[in-house]
Amino acid sequence: MFRKLAASALTAATLAATPAISAGGLGEITDYSFSFEGPFGTYDRNQLQRGLQVYHEVCASCHGLEYVAFRTLSDRNGPELPDDQMRAFADMYEIWDPELRDWRTATGPDHFPESQFEGAPDLSLMAKARIGFEGPYGLGLNQLFRGLGGAEYIASFLMGYTGEEEFQAGSMFYYNAAYDGWVSMAPVLFDDMVFYEDGTPATEEQMAKDVAAFLMWTAEPKLVERKRAGFVGVIFLSVLAALLYLSNKQLWAPVKRAAKED
Amino acid sequence: MSGIPHDHYEPSTNAEKWIHRRLPIVGLIYDTIMIPTPKNLNWMWIWGIVLFFCLVLQIVTGIVLVMHYTPDASMAFASVEHIMRNVNGGHMLRYLHQNGAMLFFAAVYIHIFRGLYYGSYKSPREITWIIGMLIYLAMMATAFMGYVLPWGQMSFWGATVITGLFGAIPGIGEPLQTWLLGGPAVGNATLTRFFSLHYLLPFVILGLSILHVWAFHTTGNNNPTGVDVRRTSKEEAAKDTLPFWPYFVIKDLFALVLILAGFWALVGFMPGYLGHADNYIEANPLVTPSHIVPEWYFLPFYAILRAFTADVWVVIAANWLSFGIIDAAFFGVLAMFASIFVMALVPWLDTSSVRSGRYRPMFKWWFWLLVVDFFVLMWAGAMPAEGIYTTIALIGTAYWFAYFLIILPVLGVIEKPLPQPATIEEDFKNSLKKKSSGGNGPSAEQIPAE
Repeated sequence: MFRKLAASALTAATLAATPAISAGGLGEITDYSFSFEGPFGTYDRNQLQRGLQVYHEVCASCHGLEYVAFRTLSDRNGPELPDDQMRAFADMYEIWDPELRDWRTATGPDHFPESQFEGAPDLSLMAKARIGFEGPYGLGLNQLFRGLGGAEYIASFLMGYTGEEEFQAGSMFYYNAAYDGWVSMAPVLFDDMVFYEDGTPATEEQMAKDVAAFLMWTAEPKLVERKRAGFVGVIFLSVLAALLYLSNKQLWAPVKRAAKED
Repeated sequence: MSGIPHDHYEPSTNAEKWIHRRLPIVGLIYDTIMIPTPKNLNWMWIWGIVLFFCLVLQIVTGIVLVMHYTPDASMAFASVEHIMRNVNGGHMLRYLHQNGAMLFFAAVYIHIFRGLYYGSYKSPREITWIIGMLIYLAMMATAFMGYVLPWGQMSFWGATVITGLFGAIPGIGEPLQTWLLGGPAVGNATLTRFFSLHYLLPFVILGLSILHVWAFHTTGNNNPTGVDVRRTSKEEAAKDTLPFWPYFVIKDLFALVLILAGFWALVGFMPGYLGHADNYIEANPLVTPSHIVPEWYFLPFYAILRAFTADVWVVIAANWLSFGIIDAAFFGVLAMFASIFVMALVPWLDTSSVRSGRYRPMFKWWFWLLVVDFFVLMWAGAMPAEGIYTTIALIGTAYWFAYFLIILPVLGVIEKPLPQPATIEEDFKNSLKKKSSGGNGPSAEQIPAE
């Protein structure tokens, strides 16, 4: 028990230092369903906007998104905030400007601020740095249909608090079933703690899924473009392969005929 | 260029003659792509083109990626994210480059095992084989250094572990490791030198590939029967062969495009499939990932490296005989390099006079066991180095060495090979009559001629 605590104190900086490959450290991951799963899955714009809201109102007080620029909130296949809303959103953030050597209000081209605390990891890439499942039989082929499970991991983590607490070495630790261990982050989501404009009931699970979807987008903003390129490319190459197959057959036909008749 | 008699390039116009007298480059290209190629090549002979494509793909995507990448420890990780987010098509370029390395290794392994089965390494193709092994070594070095460049956690710790291998060499190990890293630990100096070499080595591979092709164009291709092309006259050679263009170019292109369709699906729909999630966390010298695993294509040799723990009797014996200079870590390093070295020596270890495994009834079993062994080692390399896994890795390693050092030399003496077809033409005709293209059937001679 104490060893686990000590280990988790050390690794609290990375939330869950257990890498994806080692199956042992992975706790209970719920296979939530997301709109971006599968070869044709795309992001749900409304869900990304709700997730942005949860991030802004809850996560942002500790965590950062240092690789994400505010302007990309208006990108197609993302949250698709209208330009004026995106600017108004950036306006709510203060960022450090190394040229001014001072804090100033953020604008579209600026990135989200970095994490506020040493112990809170940056969340830009978290959905790709965690793997929720690796089936079947550890081969990971399921990801074609279900993705890598990073979003599922984040949602399960936020839902994974069992209520057990431990006070150790001057800090409070909380048991998390998704991490299968003690973490220094307290449970943060409670029913109706945000108010969704679109009328979606803000249950704990809904918020966890929404922010997980949003963080999947911050980790892989070009997911939709990539799948589309994949689809077009596979069709193009398949047609080309069929044409080459027929060319090859015709090319070799006289050679094979001659060899058979001989 | 080829030893097989065939029509050479004849300049027809005055302009062509003018150039040809001064620089016969058109003739060189003509002779290269019109090279007489055995008619009976099966679908295992398409991997050369796939490999050539991979090399070009990696160089082209790599050159563009370099335009946007920053080789600096404080900026490398962020610059890769810049490529993934802001560069036009950058996410596709990066995923193509990353997964292109996987396709490259998958193809090279099949290509190597093809050579091992059909005896492509045997006289007179020993130099082709050795150059191939050098290419494979250069590929491993290039891939390893390329994996460090994104500067993620697995980049950093992979570099730490692999350069640590050199640190295990007695005496000179530590200064050697420091020299390789440019400092006492993996840092900015490591990143910049790996970047420089990662850019250089692909062109070394390109040069070696040209030598590789030159060598087998001089000896002629091997083929599934291992029987030589008849060379006494042009007419006879023409019965066994067809020009590379268009017959084999179109065939190879068909296979290439089919493979690329699968590759493109991998890149488009599951680009992270063969990567490590940990590499999306920026390198941190203070936090060690709990399970450091190399990329899949290194795993068989990684398993060999870790198989020799201090309680294995050969390690104890080596330790005692060398007065303690060779410890388990150094023994593992020696074993890993030796496992590739014995592969390079196979032209002289295989004593059988028959080239193709098709006509070697006992060899076949041992060969397929080697293929299984390769996958077992790959699996063992991905597992933690403890308990039953090291035992499995040790058994797999023992078979790897036994195959090259005991089984191949002995088989050539005790095995009674099956009769081989007299000519490639005969094999080609019989395979058509049996309607089993390139099957592993018994000798063609046993089928009565019509």
